[in-house]
Order: sequence, then structure tokens, then C-alpha cells
Amino acid sequence: MSDDMITLPLHAVAHGRTGDKGNRSNISLVPYLPDTFPYLLEQVTPELVLDLFRHKGATDVTRYELPNLPAMNFVIDNALEGGVNSSLSQDLHGKTLSFMLLGEIEVTVPKSCIPAGSRYL
Amino acid sequence: MTVYIGSGAGFAGDRLDAGIPVVETLKKKDGPTYLIFEVMGERTLAIAQRIKMRNPELGYSPYLEPYLRNVLKDAKDAGVTIVANLGNANPMGGAKRTHELAKELGVEGLRIAVVLGDDLLAFMGAEDVASLPTIEGVSIDGKEIVAANAYLGARPVAEALKLDVDVVLVGRTTDAALVLGPLIHEYGWGPEDWDLLAQGTLAGHLLECGGQVTGGYFCDPGFKDVPGMDELGFPIGEIEADGTLTITKADDTGGMVTRATVIEQMLYEVHDPSAYLTPDVQLDITNVTLTEDGKDRIRVTGAKGSPPPETLKVTVSADGGWLAESEMIYAGPNALARARLAADVVRARVSKHGVTEPVRIEIVGTGAVYDNDASDRERQKNMPMDGEYRLRAAIRTLDKETAQYVNDEVLSLFCSGPAGGGGYRCNITGQVNTASVLVPRGPVEAQARAQKVNP
Repeated sequence: MSDDMITLPLHAVAHGRTGDKGNRSNISLVPYLPDTFPYLLEQVTPELVLDLFRHKGATDVTRYELPNLPAMNFVIDNALEGGVNSSLSQDLHGKTLSFMLLGEIEVTVPKSCIPAGSRYL
Repeated sequence: MTVYIGSGAGFAGDRLDAGIPVVETLKKKDGPTYLIFEVMGERTLAIAQRIKMRNPELGYSPYLEPYLRNVLKDAKDAGVTIVANLGNANPMGGAKRTHELAKELGVEGLRIAVVLGDDLLAFMGAEDVASLPTIEGVSIDGKEIVAANAYLGARPVAEALKLDVDVVLVGRTTDAALVLGPLIHEYGWGPEDWDLLAQGTLAGHLLECGGQVTGGYFCDPGFKDVPGMDELGFPIGEIEADGTLTITKADDTGGMVTRATVIEQMLYEVHDPSAYLTPDVQLDITNVTLTEDGKDRIRVTGAKGSPPPETLKVTVSADGGWLAESEMIYAGPNALARARLAADVVRARVSKHGVTEPVRIEIVGTGAVYDNDASDRERQKNMPMDGEYRLRAAIRTLDKETAQYVNDEVLSLFCSGPAGGGGYRCNITGQVNTASVLVPRGPVEAQARAQKVNP
């Protein structure tokens, strides 16, 4: 790894929001700086996201790419323990899951991907 | 010409005063102006339907009066047309109540129209509804259906506006129809102007959640800072005849409109961004361009449209029994060990009692919301024993007695559980189960109609 590369939680370089429909969750992932996008494409794979949510019952993850924003959108099937109809979680809609993704998936990026003034620097 | 459409609420529970600065801003605009209120969730209709069964005058949104009271007079005086799904299960009843409110507030000559026809049970038998193909949610087979409402599109909203009114109250339409309806009315967009309908639908999607596009539900201090969240400005969309959309916000308010706030809302509750389905158009946002156009102004262009599906989505609701939740807090030295013992005690008691439904017993403070019903992650984690942890038990049952029993087991920890537990909290709430089904559009759209309601 070159000197200026650093491994950090996604939260250092990207943000996102969760939405829900039934037992399906969608999480957007948006890099703070556009140059970060290729690293996200390469490293934040649908398989990795599925592994993160498998213990909640997730069965499939589709990743949609929007390179001209840039952003990506993960659609996670059966991640919500039945969703509002049957979940026993405190968060029936899974609204908190975007920060689980941001906090628990790590990426290796050049330090220049971290916005100026970030506490991760 | 530019059409200006502001939002006064993005969900039932949004700030009651958010619409006031939006109307103040719209007053200054030269062009048609609208204020929307979006207050319906999937479960709202079933709850409203039950209320209507008890009292046929009710069943409109309980938020109708609190939201409209703050803006009705100013909006009427300034010529700002209100389009809102405050009608809920009873748009007619909502119109009557709005006329009464107008009288009380001294608003003269208020003209109201409603959109009807979303209630499938008004013209279909429950058995026929139950036989429609389910695409999402619980099986409704054999359950008593409380409500079944189709998502109408923007055309009936535009029809209502043709009746030359100050207020349009709808029940179940798509949220975006509250915005696309006025645009179809003002610009005369045709049913096959796919790209225009796509831009109008995207405008609706961006505006429908109120402050979620102006810095609400966005701020992450130190990473995504948002100024003035205590006076968050709600959004205003400025839409040209060619569909060009600019998202901005009410003057002299907090919040902000940036590319990032718009991107987060644009992808909110979207699955395939190339195929967002509505009754009016299939929306493709994969080529959308966002351009900064001054402070708190983002121009949105490039939405593509194609023909919508031949079916409409219907939300069917059935009784969902009860959700019981109860909590007890442990703090200080060895708090986690005491909370874990409490969890084990409740698990053993509930199991011996013969409760068959799944019970979730977890410890808040250990990352419980990211865990599963079995607390698999908590067991693997090496959390500090000292601190502040909250035991939480939850169960869903069809009978209220079992729900109450589980709460009582947590309560009994006071005298029979580990040392130092306190702060017992509990609730039992009635639940609504929903399923999304598909219905052919023809018969439903034949029922959809706009109607003027006189005082």
C-alpha cells in the first residue's frame, strides 16, 4: 500500500440515506468527493453489503450505479426482519441502517478522498 | 411562465408551522403558486378507515385542521392553491371540515374540490380484492380487510384543479401526483409527454418529503453540517414549461439546498433508478444532472420517461394484532452483566409460560438496532461491563393478554430481577398489516373523479 493510502470506515468519505418498502431496504451511498467514486465501485460490492446484513435475514443485494451524480444505490432484500408488518426491532423501518453501512464497511482510499477538516484526517 | 410549488409537510407529524414561511415566499412570486401537504403513510388509511366506520363524518387526516389553520387565510388571500392528501379515507368529510374552519378563520368564498375513487372496497368485493396478485408484504388470505386503496396518478388531481378551486383534498394518490397534478393543469402536459411527466414526477419525489431535501434528515455534525435546523426552511420547486426544475427553499429560514441534499432525497425509497414506477410515467433518473444555480438553488434536468405499467398499486390493510414493548434500565458498575441476567430471566420465564410467538429480548446500548432477534452480534462483542444499558423486550401477538403478560414479566424485574434496575417503560399498540397488490388500471380509473364540494 502506498504511503498516501488509508483504510477507514466509509463514513470518512461518503454519506447516505435509508428508505424502506415492505421488507426491502434501500441505502444510497454518495461520496463527499467525486474522485472517491471509483474506489467505492471497486470495493463496496453487493457481496460485501449482503454479508453485512445477512444476520438480519438479508437474501440478496442489488447495486445500482449513478456515475454522473456520482452515487450508488443498494437494494437489500429481506433486510428488515419482515419490515413494519412483523419486525420486533426498535427501528421497524430500518432507518438507522445507512449508518451501519457507513460505520462497518471499510475502504482503502487515497487521503485526498477525505474532505478537508474531517476528524478522520 | 414559472410554476412555484412549495411543501408544507412531508409526513403526518411534520412541523405544524413549516408552511408559514413557504406561503410568505410564494406570495412574492409572479406566476401560479401551490402549497402541498403530504401526510399519508401505508398504514394511515387503515387507521382512518376504522375511525370512519365509527363516525362517518371523520376519517380525514387528524392533521387537516392543525396544518390548514396556520396557512388557510394567507394562502387564500395570496392566491396560493393548496393540494393535500389530508382527505385520507374521507376527502368529502375533510372538505366539510375545511369549510367550517374557513368560516371560523373569516376566510370568505373558499372553493374546495376532492378526488374520489381510490377506495377499492367501494366498488369491489373484499374477496375480489383478496384474490389480486401480491407483490409485497404479508399474505392477506383469510384476513379481514380493513382498507384497500389504489394509488391514483396525477390526472384526477389536474381534473380537480380545472374546477377552479382554492383547495384540493385527495385520499390515496401517489405522493408525486400532488406536484405533477398542478403541472399538468398549468402546462397542459399530455398523457404521452413522457419526459415532461418524468421531470414533474421527479419534482414531486423531491418535494414530497418536505425538509428532507433542504437539509432535514441530513445533518451529521462535523461531516454534513446544516445551519438553522430549528427553523428548517421547507422546499419550493420552480418548474418551467419545458420541465426544467429548480429546487430552492422558503426565504429567511434555516436549512440548505445543495447537490448532496438533493441526491440523498432523489434516491430515497427508490429501488431501480432507471425504472421508478408511477401510474403516470415510468421515471428514469440515471441521467439526471444537478447544477448549482446560486445559494440554496439546485437545477435538476435530464429525467427520462416511458409508458407506465398497465396495473396500479393497491395497499391492502388487515388487522395485525398487537405489538408489546417494555424496557428497564441498568447503569453503573457491572451494568451489562445485570442487564444480561435480566434478559436471561425474562427469556426463561416467557419460555416456561409457553409463549409461542418470537420474543425479542435485547440490550440497548450494545448496538441492538443493528442486531437480530437472537442478539447474535451482542454475544460476540466485547462490550464494557460498566456503563448504561437498557433491557428491551418486544413481541407481536394476536391476543392482547399475551402482549400484556410479556410486559408484566419485565415489570416484575423490579422486585425479582437483578440489582439496580429502574425506569420501567412499556406500551402495547394495535398493529395494521399491509400488502401491496396490483389491480388492472381500467376499472379503477373509471371510478376516479374530481368533485367540487360546496359549504
